[in-house]
Amino acid sequence: MDTLLTDLKKQIVEQLNLQDIKPEDIGDDQPLFVEGLGLDSIDALELIVLLQQHYKIKLANAEDGPKVFHSVKTMADYIRANQPTNA
Amino acid sequence: MLAENNYITSFCDISDHVISKNGKTVFEIKIAAFPDFLISAYHLFDFKYPKFYKMDNLSKLGWLASEILLKNSFTHTDYKPEEVGIVLANANSSLDTDLKYFETTKDYASPSLFVYTLPNIVMGEICIRNRFKGENAFFVQEKFDVNFIQQYVNNLLNNNILQACICGWIDVLQEDYKAVLFLVEKKNAAESIPFTTENIENILSKN
Repeated sequence: MDTLLTDLKKQIVEQLNLQDIKPEDIGDDQPLFVEGLGLDSIDALELIVLLQQHYKIKLANAEDGPKVFHSVKTMADYIRANQPTNA
Repeated sequence: MLAENNYITSFCDISDHVISKNGKTVFEIKIAAFPDFLISAYHLFDFKYPKFYKMDNLSKLGWLASEILLKNSFTHTDYKPEEVGIVLANANSSLDTDLKYFETTKDYASPSLFVYTLPNIVMGEICIRNRFKGENAFFVQEKFDVNFIQQYVNNLLNNNILQACICGWIDVLQEDYKAVLFLVEKKNAAESIPFTTENIENILSKN
């Protein structure tokens, strides 16, 4: 089990207050927005905060948002590619 | 302008961990903290609206009160969305959430809290839920100004700006809270009460 994916799912549920959803219910490749988890634009801002808060990563380009936040897996890929070595 | 043209067809009160509708207690739990009380009531009434969890306490309180107010008392198809509006008031504006948001700004400012740092957001939540698109107004008053609200709502109804209006008081500051909502319509349904200041005061005094 990929611990980063597991951690991210827990953090998403906590940060976005998704009380009707368990972390394990979120699929690795499940879309986070619209037809997937149904997140909205405010949730997108919370995900940006989550990246900063937990992984010290600032989204460099806002236009990358839809790609980065497509799924838990794409978020994990972005974190691995951008996480500071001492974080 | 005759106030007797309009009627309170339903009313709901939430205070002191008791929820009552039309004067009858429908939920009571004395031991919970206010946020837990709101969640307990949400579960008891078996509402299915995941966004409820994301709302601030002011919106949760107003949303709950409106759901209970309208349940079995309001037929959405009786009105066009533009014909139903909301007029609310409170004393503490959005201060409860303002303070929480301010705390987050010391670390990472919370976007989801920021969007609730206006008192009128509670009306938006109720409108989104019910697809109401009529006129809204939110007033910050030291105390519930019955005369003002009654006149304001009558003006909206008597001038056909609205055909139905939810009005009342939704206030939260930490563990202090109070919600009283009235559904005001033009029709004189069974058990409805004329929308007069005397009747509003009478209902307020009993809750």
